[in-house]
Amino acid sequence: MKKWLRNWRLVSLISAMALLLAGCGKPFLSTLQPAGEVADMQYDLMLLSTAIMVIVIAVVTIIFLYVVTRFRRRKGEENKIPKQVEGSHTLEIIWTVIPIILLIILAVPTVLYTFKLADVKPMNKKERDVVVVNVRANLYWWEFEYPDYGIITSQDLVVPTDERVYFNLKASDVKHSFWIPAAGGKMDTNTDNTNQFFLTFDEKRAEEAGRLFYGKCAELCGPSHALMDFKVKAIPRAEFDQWVEKMKNAKPVASTDPVVQRGEEIFNKSCIGCHAVTPIDGRPEQARIAPNLADFADRSRIAGILEHNEENLKAWLKDPEKIKPGNKMTDTYPALSDEELEALTKYLMTLSVE
Amino acid sequence: MSTLARKQGVGAVIWDYLTTVDHKKIAILYLIAGGFFFLLGGLEAMIIRIQLAVPNNDFISAGFYNEVLTMHGTTMIFLAAMPLVFAMMNAVVPIQIGARDVAFPFLNSLGFWLFFFGGVFLNLSWFLGGAPDAGWTSYASLSLASPTHGIDFYVLGLQISGLGTLIGGINFLVTIINMRAPGMTYMRMPMFTWATFVTSALILFAFPPLTVALIFMMMDRLFGGNFFDPALGGNTIIWEHLFWIFGHPEVYILVLPAFGIFSEIFATFSRKRLFGYSSMVFATVLIGFLGFMVWAHHMFTVGLGPIANAIFAVATMAIAVPTGIKIFNWLLTMWGGSIRFTTPMMYAVAFIPSFVIGGVTGVMNAAAAADYQYHDSYFVVAHFHYVIVGGVVFALLAGAHYWWPKMFGKMLDEKLGKVTFWLFFIGFHLTFFIQHFLGLMGMPRRVFTFLPGQGLETGNLISTIGAFFMAAGTIVLLANVVITTVKGKRVGNDPWEDGRTLEWAVSSPAPEYNFAQTPLVRGLDAYWIEKMEGKKGLTPAEPLGDIHMPNPTILPFVMSLGLFISALGFLFHNDYGWGLPVGIIGLLITLVAMFFRSIIDDHGFHIPKEEVMEAEKKGAGA
Repeated sequence: MKKWLRNWRLVSLISAMALLLAGCGKPFLSTLQPAGEVADMQYDLMLLSTAIMVIVIAVVTIIFLYVVTRFRRRKGEENKIPKQVEGSHTLEIIWTVIPIILLIILAVPTVLYTFKLADVKPMNKKERDVVVVNVRANLYWWEFEYPDYGIITSQDLVVPTDERVYFNLKASDVKHSFWIPAAGGKMDTNTDNTNQFFLTFDEKRAEEAGRLFYGKCAELCGPSHALMDFKVKAIPRAEFDQWVEKMKNAKPVASTDPVVQRGEEIFNKSCIGCHAVTPIDGRPEQARIAPNLADFADRSRIAGILEHNEENLKAWLKDPEKIKPGNKMTDTYPALSDEELEALTKYLMTLSVE
Repeated sequence: MSTLARKQGVGAVIWDYLTTVDHKKIAILYLIAGGFFFLLGGLEAMIIRIQLAVPNNDFISAGFYNEVLTMHGTTMIFLAAMPLVFAMMNAVVPIQIGARDVAFPFLNSLGFWLFFFGGVFLNLSWFLGGAPDAGWTSYASLSLASPTHGIDFYVLGLQISGLGTLIGGINFLVTIINMRAPGMTYMRMPMFTWATFVTSALILFAFPPLTVALIFMMMDRLFGGNFFDPALGGNTIIWEHLFWIFGHPEVYILVLPAFGIFSEIFATFSRKRLFGYSSMVFATVLIGFLGFMVWAHHMFTVGLGPIANAIFAVATMAIAVPTGIKIFNWLLTMWGGSIRFTTPMMYAVAFIPSFVIGGVTGVMNAAAAADYQYHDSYFVVAHFHYVIVGGVVFALLAGAHYWWPKMFGKMLDEKLGKVTFWLFFIGFHLTFFIQHFLGLMGMPRRVFTFLPGQGLETGNLISTIGAFFMAAGTIVLLANVVITTVKGKRVGNDPWEDGRTLEWAVSSPAPEYNFAQTPLVRGLDAYWIEKMEGKKGLTPAEPLGDIHMPNPTILPFVMSLGLFISALGFLFHNDYGWGLPVGIIGLLITLVAMFFRSIIDDHGFHIPKEEVMEAEKKGAGA
């Protein structure tokens, strides 16, 4: 496709547009700064379609401006009756055929890419050697399960760069949609079935984007739909493998700090019913009703949106409703005193696999 | 006896409008009700834009924002754009085809009152526990999870107003098929009439799927059904299909009349017949047909698979061809013409570039693989506002200015009209153009806020500023309406001087019976032909005689009120003991009214010949 594009006459227009558009948005969020194979294909298609459309707009605009200036009624023409023209078959054929040709130029790569992007065979082979992530969307948080490694994390998706990462997508409550704009288009997480697709993250471009891409929920799902963000850590394969090993072997570490111990006590009384603290969680997904916190301290954000620090964690624990209206955590645990908040925060900040 | 000469008090005027079956008065009712809901939807839009002006804004809460965004979309589509389109159709189509009224005047009134009560019902939700909050698309899993009664108001309100629309659509189909004046063949019908005809056919086929979907949803929410519960064998994707099988043609239901309005305006103010009339007709029919073949392009990311996505992508692109034909035909209509820039013409001229942008982004959206990026982002928000505002709202504003003298007998002030136009036009592009980029930069739609540091601040602020321009334009328009009503001068038959179609041959406003004598139509642009031959009026096709008119009746109002009461009862039947009986009583009211309609023999009345002659003399002198 790239070659084909290069040969195409529109190439200068397309590259001019690419330069223009690349200035738009942030590299970790913008579809205009694609970070991998999937986003690249979609970006190519965007540029091609935009180029065709700019030509169409230009032609219409030129005729339009000519007509409205040239044929305005001038002084002294109040009684002029223009010739009543019925139409012109030649012209009508021209403006039927040319758009059809333009559309075919657009339709061919569209169909091609649509099929290419739907190729999920490697993840459904019996003996697969690709990374597969089960994504489960829940009211305002995301669970990422790596079935081949038996580990679960949430909110921060970790993926290896420079290879296709495959996803199983579903929702556990209402419909959501899984979108990492810089890495590629979205796919819905339905309540009825599991959807599958893949994304790719380029090593070089991941580095340029700070190795932390922004993910969004793209389907209205309730009051905090706007805040249902997640993050994607894209790291080289070797590092990814290390991370998987660490996750697999994570053991709770007994702390000697009495404040942390106190925090663990509170956690075990009020929180553990919903939140697991080990990456290996054998319970069925229906029982996993809240984010897995095994690597909580390694995450990039509190609740997917706030800067990762103790202050924000305390604010969240104190009144999650204020931060994510309509979330499922509010009022499921007793009110916490300042001392308890402090202890719980300290404890949570020890949950790390690094 | 006729109502022509009577002086009326306020009470009598209200009673007159409650019982009227006259298409011209029903048009005014649609205009007032639709205009009111347009202002309401606009207010909701302003709340949305104020909330999104800056990141992390707390102007309104997240839950309330979802209610506002849902009601903005629902109100604008169902309660503002649809009825305003019906206002234009009612005001103009019967006269354009040389008819005395629509085929079923009683149903016409019933259609209006059903729409009206449905709309009022929907908006009652604000005061009775909260408005619907699942978006105007109300996707099943979210709408079933919604805790308030909002969705129930949505379901029942739209069901009632949808019935009204369906009835209206059937009425116009029958009217255009049966009521055309002698000589008015299909290929002599004005373009707006053609658009109305095709739109009515779309309504006939598009609204039943919506009705089915709403009944499923009603069953699930109020009567223990499980159509959309996957745990019990239901499926939420079915809702999406049914909704979009309706929802996509709905876009064309709105935009085809808009095309029709602009076709009239381009021809009139270029003083030239519509270029390529037959290809325009062909394109309209083709758009209507293709409009049913493309609904799944709203569902590219649902996971239907590459085959379905590819087919629907190509089918969607195909619609660009007939639309393109129309654009070029309009340009060529102006080519070689003598263009006069009146307010309606300003909207028509501005419509071309605006709508072309909306159209080409539509083709971009059709490219399925790329749409995975656009879908549910602000890019889509920008796209459909370019189509709906740049196409439909511009057309409605243009049509309102254009036909205002025909509806009310007075011209809207041209200076104020142009002020409105410029404010609205600039505001529109300021608000929505930047949203394309916001979407591409990663902003999902339907978000109540956005976090700082994502590069979305400037775009959103610009968008909000644009919204204020549009609001200002609307306020000037309102002032224009008031000033015109109070101080406007009465005008004659053909106030724009270049009228081509039959409505400009009768007085402004048209007499109750429209035509003293049914006219003989001798070609496209029937009135223009007569004018060019130096005649003052139309060639009559019948001798002057008594005119048979339908009687006014309160029954449509009562029937609609009954359904309104019934819906209220059933909505609360799970919460309160009075719910069920009230629901049943409401249905009984409707049934009794229908019973009376069936047994009362209503033969209408006649306006005697002498009275018609007198009225015509007065009309000519005005």
